Amino acid sequence: MALSGWFIALLSAAYLGLLFAVARFGDARADAGKSIISANVYALSLAVYCTSWTFYGSVGRATSGGLSFLTIYLGPTLMLLFVGVIIKMIRISKAQRITSIADFIASRYGKSHLLAGMVTIIAVIGVVPYIALQLKAMAASLDVLLDREGHAGGWLGLDSTFLIAATLALFSILFGTRHLDATERHEGMVAAVAVESVVKLIAFVAVGLFVTYGLYGGLADLFQRASANPDLGRLLQLDSGRAGTWTAMILLSGLAIIFLPRQFQIIVVENVDESHIKRAVWLFPFYLLLINIFVLPVALGGMLHFSGQTVNPDTFVLTLPLAHGAEALALLAFVGGLSAATGMVIVETIALSTMVCNDLVMPWLLRSAWLQARQQQDLSGLLIGIRRVAIALIVLLGYAYFRAAGEAYALVGIGLISFTAVAQFAPAMFGGMYWKQGTRAGAVAGLAAGFVVWLYTLLLPSFAKSGWISSGFVEHGLFGASWLKAQALFGLSGLDEISHCLWWSMLANIGAYVAVSLNSRPGAVEASQAERFVDVFRYGRHRKETRLWRGKASLDALVSLLERFLGTARVRLQLAVYAQAKGLEDWRTLPVDAEFVHFAEAELAAAIGSASARVMVASVAEEEDLGLDEVLDILDEATQIRAYSRELEAKQRELEAATAELREANERLREVDRMKHDFISTVTHELRTPLTSIRALSEMLHDDPRIELASRTRFLGIIVGEAERLTRLINQILDMAKLESGRAEWTSGAVDIGEVAREAMESLGQLFRDKAVELASEVPSAGPVVQADRDRLMQVLINLLSNAVKFVPEGSGRVYVRVGIDHGMVRVEVADNGPGLTAEECGVIFEKFRQGGNTLTDKPKGTGLGLPISRQIIEYFGGKLWVESRPGAGANFIFTVPLPAPEE
Amino acid sequence: MKRASPTRQRLAALGLLGAPLLTYPLLSLPGGELLGIPASYWYLFGVWAGLIGLAAWVAERQG
Repeated sequence: MALSGWFIALLSAAYLGLLFAVARFGDARADAGKSIISANVYALSLAVYCTSWTFYGSVGRATSGGLSFLTIYLGPTLMLLFVGVIIKMIRISKAQRITSIADFIASRYGKSHLLAGMVTIIAVIGVVPYIALQLKAMAASLDVLLDREGHAGGWLGLDSTFLIAATLALFSILFGTRHLDATERHEGMVAAVAVESVVKLIAFVAVGLFVTYGLYGGLADLFQRASANPDLGRLLQLDSGRAGTWTAMILLSGLAIIFLPRQFQIIVVENVDESHIKRAVWLFPFYLLLINIFVLPVALGGMLHFSGQTVNPDTFVLTLPLAHGAEALALLAFVGGLSAATGMVIVETIALSTMVCNDLVMPWLLRSAWLQARQQQDLSGLLIGIRRVAIALIVLLGYAYFRAAGEAYALVGIGLISFTAVAQFAPAMFGGMYWKQGTRAGAVAGLAAGFVVWLYTLLLPSFAKSGWISSGFVEHGLFGASWLKAQALFGLSGLDEISHCLWWSMLANIGAYVAVSLNSRPGAVEASQAERFVDVFRYGRHRKETRLWRGKASLDALVSLLERFLGTARVRLQLAVYAQAKGLEDWRTLPVDAEFVHFAEAELAAAIGSASARVMVASVAEEEDLGLDEVLDILDEATQIRAYSRELEAKQRELEAATAELREANERLREVDRMKHDFISTVTHELRTPLTSIRALSEMLHDDPRIELASRTRFLGIIVGEAERLTRLINQILDMAKLESGRAEWTSGAVDIGEVAREAMESLGQLFRDKAVELASEVPSAGPVVQADRDRLMQVLINLLSNAVKFVPEGSGRVYVRVGIDHGMVRVEVADNGPGLTAEECGVIFEKFRQGGNTLTDKPKGTGLGLPISRQIIEYFGGKLWVESRPGAGANFIFTVPLPAPEE
Repeated sequence: MKRASPTRQRLAALGLLGAPLLTYPLLSLPGGELLGIPASYWYLFGVWAGLIGLAAWVAERQG
C-alpha cells in the first residue's frame, strides 16, 4: 500500500529541521569557542563518503557483482592507514590557509590561476552528475514509498525532486556561507553530517537485520538458499577473472577518499585538530565495515523474494520492508537514504562553491573593469553572494542533469566515473607534496592529458550509451580508426571500462606530469612554494616566509585591502590578535615587513584563494622581483645550513662515543693500577710474615745464649722452614711474573700424562703416608700422550696433590687421581674428601694470594700462588682448570689438555 | 634529524600489509564454506576487521 505523500513530506521536513537544529547548535558552540567537533564527530563526518550510491546502490552492485562492491570501501580503509600523507596535507593546508583542493594544487605550483581553474572545472564536470545521482536516488525512493510510476508528484506544479533540491540548496547556503571564516570551517555543518552518518548506519543495519533474521533464518540460511540457485550461487564466489578490476577499484576508491571535493573538505579543511586523524584511521573503516555487512544478504534476500519480478535491485532496501508490511522500517530506510543523499549534496556543493567562487569567478572579477571602478567598496558581501549563487547553480545543474538523464545509463555508472575524474588530481597532488621538481607546466600537462583521456574513454562513451551522441567512436573508433575505439584504446580490451580508463588516464597523466616537469624550469614563486610544501614538517610556520619577499608596502593600503574582502570587524579582530602575538598594544604601530605582508596575503587567501590573494597583494605592495636564481640561492642557503647542522650533529655524536671509550679505557687503566698496587702490598705482606718470624727467632737465639738445646733445635727448624717458604714464595712470584709477561721458557714434547701422574704421586707418597692419607688412582698404564712441557705439567699435578693433602683430615683423608679422555681432551681429576668449597670460593681460589680455608684464624697453608700459576700453565696448553665442589663434600680439581689432532 | 613518528610508520606498515591480503592472488585462496557462510565472506570481513582492530590498537595506545 502507499504511504501518504503529506506524511512523508512532513517527516522529511521534520528530519531536515532536526539537522538544522544540530547545525545551528554546532555553529553557536563554535562561535562561543567551545567546539563540539571531537575526534569521534570528525571520524563520523568522514562517512559523508557513503552517499545514496552506497545506501541504495551497493545492494544493486551486489546483485550483479557479488562481493566486488566491497572494493569501494576497502580502498579508503587502506588509504587512511597512510596517516603521514594525510597529516602532511592538513599541515600544508593550515600553513598556507588552503580551503579547497583546487587551491591546494594552484598554491603549490606558484599560485596559478590557470591550474586552479582547471581543477575546478574537472571537479565540477566530474561531480555534478554525482549530485544528480543523489537527487535521482531521492526521487526514486519517494516513488517507491508512494507506490507510483514516474515523477508525477509535486506541489504547485513543481516536482518533488525540485523541492528537495531547493531545500538542500537552502540548507547549504545557510550553513556553508554564514561568514567568510579565516579557515573556511563549518562546524555546524560537520556536526549535522556526523548525525546523518549515524542515522544512515542505523537505518541500513536495521533493514539488514530485518531481512536476514526477520525474513530468513539468519546469514547461514540466506547463503544456503542462495547457493541452491545457480544464478545467485555465482555471487557468493569471488571471480578471480576480475582480479585486475578488483585492484583498480581499490586504488580508485583509495584516491577518491581524499580527492573527492567533499572528502577533501571534511578531512583537510574541516579538520580542527590533527590528532583527530588517529581516531578516524580506524573508526571510519569500522563504520564502513558495519554498513557493508548486510549488503550482500539484503541483495540475496531481495533476489530470492522478487525472483521473476522486475524490481529494481537499487530499491531493495525499501521494497523488501514494504513487501512485508514493515512500513515503519521502510520509513526509517527512507530517512537513512535521505541522510546519505543530503549529506553528500550539502558538503559537495559547499566545497565546489568555494572553488567556483575563488578559482573561476574571482580571477575574472579581479580583471574586470567593474571591480576596478569600485576601489573602495566593501566586497565581503559580494563574496558571500557569489558563493550562495554558486551553490544554487550547482544544485540546479545537478537537477538539470538528473532531468535530462532520467533513467539513462549515464546516471547508473556515474559514481565510479566521478571517482576516476577526481583521481586525475593524484599525480599533481602527491607530486606536489613529495617532489620539488614538479612544475606548473608539468601539472597543467598531466591534468589536461588525464582529463582528456577520461573524457574520451569514460564520460563521452557514457553519453553515447545514453543515446545523446553518436556511439561511432566507441564502436568503430574516432574517424573509423579502430585503435581509437574509446573503450579499447590501442586495442587494449578485456578490461572493464573503469579500469581501462584508469590505466590509460593515469599513464597519460603521470607521464605528461613527469616528462614536462623534468623539462621545464619553475618560476620563482613556484620554487619557493615547492620548498614550503615538500618540507612543511621541517620548517616552523613563518620562519622562511620573511626571506622570500622583499619590497615596500603601506599598512593602510594592506589593511584597507583586507577590509574590502573580509569586512572591517573581522579584519580589526585578526589584526588585534596578530599585534598581540607580536607583543604590541596597537596594530597601527605594526611594522610593515615581509612577515606582515605574508600575514595579509594568507588572510586574504583564506577568503579568495591563494592565486587571487597574491594578485591583490601585489596590486597594493611594491614587490621587488626576486627572480628564480635568487630564490633558489636563498633556498640552497637554507639547505646548506641544514646540511651543516646535520654534519655537526654527526660529529658531536662521534665525539660523545669517543669520550665514552676514553672514559672506559681510563677506568680499565685505573683498575689495573689498583690491582698492581694490591699485588705489591700483598706480596710485601706475604714476604714479611716469614721474615718476621725468622728475624724474631734469630734475635732470640742471638740475644739469649742460655736457651736449651731442644728449644734451639726447634727454633732453627722453624727458621729453616720459613726460609724455605720464603724461597718458594719468591720463586713462585718470579714464575708468575714470567708467565704473565710471556717470558717463561717452555719446552715442548710428547708427554705421557699417565706416567707424569704416577711420578707425581710417587714423589709425594711420603707426604701422604706421614699424614696417613689414602692415595688411590685410576690411571691407564700407558698414555694418553699430549704435546706439552713435561716439567710444567708435573708442577701442576704436584701443586694439586699437595693442596689436596693439605686440606684433607689426618687419618681419614682420601685423595683420588683419575686420568681419562673426554671429547678429544685429556681429563685429569684430583678429588679429595676435605671440607669442600662454597660456590663463591670455587671462583676466588684461582685469584692470586687467595687461600683455601679461613685465613683470618688459621695459619696459611700455602703461598696462594700455586693455583693461579697452574691455571696459567694449563691455559697455555689450550686446556682448562676448574674445581667442582660443595661445602662438606670434598673438592674435585679438574684440568683438561687437548689431544694432538690425529695425523691423517 | 627528526625521526618519523613510530605510530605513523606502524599504521603505514599495516596499510602495506593489507594491500596484498585484500587483493588477488591471495583473495582466491578461501574456498568452500564455514558454518553455512562462504569462506570468501569470512575471509574478506575477517581480514578487514583484523586490520581495523590492529589500527585501533596502534592508534589509540598511549605513548
